[in-house]
Formats: sequence, structure tokens, C-alpha cells
Amino acid sequence: MPIYEIVFYLFSAVLMGAAVMVVTVRNPVYAALSLVLAFFSSAAIWMLLEVEFLAIILVLVYVGAVLVLFLFVVMMLDINVAPLKEGFIRYLPAGVVVALLMAVELLMVVWTKGRFADGAFPTPAPHPADYSNTKAVGEWLFTNYLLAFEVAGVVLLVAIIAAVALTLRHRTGSRRQDPAAQVRVQRDERIRLVKMDPEPRQGG
Amino acid sequence: MLTLAHFLTLGALLFVLSVAGIFLNRKNVIILLMCIELMLLAVNMNFVAFSRFLGNLDGQVFVFFILTVAAAEAAIGLAILVVLFRNRQTINVAELDQLKG
Repeated sequence: MPIYEIVFYLFSAVLMGAAVMVVTVRNPVYAALSLVLAFFSSAAIWMLLEVEFLAIILVLVYVGAVLVLFLFVVMMLDINVAPLKEGFIRYLPAGVVVALLMAVELLMVVWTKGRFADGAFPTPAPHPADYSNTKAVGEWLFTNYLLAFEVAGVVLLVAIIAAVALTLRHRTGSRRQDPAAQVRVQRDERIRLVKMDPEPRQGG
Repeated sequence: MLTLAHFLTLGALLFVLSVAGIFLNRKNVIILLMCIELMLLAVNMNFVAFSRFLGNLDGQVFVFFILTVAAAEAAIGLAILVVLFRNRQTINVAELDQLKG
């Protein structure tokens, strides 16, 4: 069964490399693209865990929508990168020290004897070939978490309205078409009847 | 043999890396948002691993909701960022001191 280990370590290495790129790279466009790579590799690792539905959701929703939104914003804003990076060297020691301390603490918790590494959580057997992860998650979601699902829909609606309300602006002087005003128009606003005497015919 | 500890280690390292990223890129709001996305990914990795090793689908449903909230957060955060850039012509955190906090 070493194929599982090979896939795991390969995609973990890609994931960590991409995460390091996100953190260290100068250009935000490259950071966003590295984030795409990180999400792809973690989707592969989730596939390894037989969590197929969420892996596909991660690729479709995250890479397809959220990270494209990031790229749009990064490219839309004309950012001067140089001043944004000036604190990098200054904060490097503090960041590395805090990160190393946190890593040591977390790994001590994870690799304590009898906790997660051995025995306590045996590796589960693979699901049979006709097992559908999507069906199982769907049934679980729509029976036990129906209210939470509806609330999640409302959260997304609020996010849409908030994003539109924040970024909508009316520029003064732009000649935008207003269909409501066009429909509402009255006869008197468009034609003017002029009373005038008939003029005699010129010449013969 | 892949144990739960392998996946938890991966999640922990990813989380630590994104914490370091918040320290290093504290001037650039866009990279800060990306680091938050990476943190959420690390947490989701733990949820998914526990869900698989405990044979319990609740973890996967939780990841589903975390993804929903994270998408909403990214949309609103980026909208605020666009408005901020439109008003101030910068996204440098050091120059955003109008609240005098």
C-alpha cells in the first residue's frame, strides 16, 4: 500500500511549497496563483481521504470562484508593490520564532504517544466501489442540518447584497440610460404645439 | 501506513505557515486575506481527517459550512478592499490610520 504514502507526501510537498510561495512572493498575482496550486493539492489529499464531494467543491467553488475573484481584484487595483514589502526583513525573525514555537507545540500534541499516531485511531478500511460520498453527505446535510443549510443560503445572500452595496457608485456626469424614466415620460415632455398663422405662398 | 497524525501534522504546518505569513506581510491587505484563506484550509484539513478516521459525516458538513462562510467573507473583504483603494489609492495598512486607533 505504499502508493497512498507516495501520493500523500507528493501532494503535501506541493502544498507546503505553494503555501511558502503565497507567504513570501513579492507580486500579489503570483501569490494568488500559488494559492490556486495550494487548493488544488489539498483537494488531491482530500480525495485520498475519500472525501470526494468536498474535494470537488474545493476546486469548483474555491479555485473557480473565490480565487478568480482574488485575481480580479489584484489585477483591478493598481498596486505599488514596493512599499508593501518593506517590513518583510524586519518582521522575519519575529514571524519565524512565533511560527517555530507554534509548530513545536502543535507537533508535540499531535505526536504524543497513544494520542493520534498509533492505535487510538486505526486507519479505516476503504469504502466499497459503489459507495457515493456525495449521496451520504447530501442525506446527512438535508436531514440533520437543514436549518443550518438554509441559514447558509441567507448568509450568501447577505454577502451578495453587501458586496453590491459596497461597490456600487453613481458617477456624476455619466450619461446612463434610465429605463424607468423613459417609460414614465408624458406626452407634454416630448412635443410642443405651436400656434402660428399660415404663411402666404411665395412667388407665383 | 498513513495515520491520523500525518494529516494533523500537515494541517498544523499549514496553519503555522499562514500565521508566519500574517507576521511577514502585515503591510499588504490582499496577502493577509490570502493567509486567512490558507488558515481556513488548514482547519478544514483537520475536520476532513477526523471525519474520515472517526467514520462520522458531521466533520464534512462542517467543512461545507466553513467554505460557505469563507466565500462570503472573501467577497465582502475584497469589496471593502476595492472601496478602500478607490477612496485612498493605497492598500498599505501603515497608511490606514484615519480611525486614530
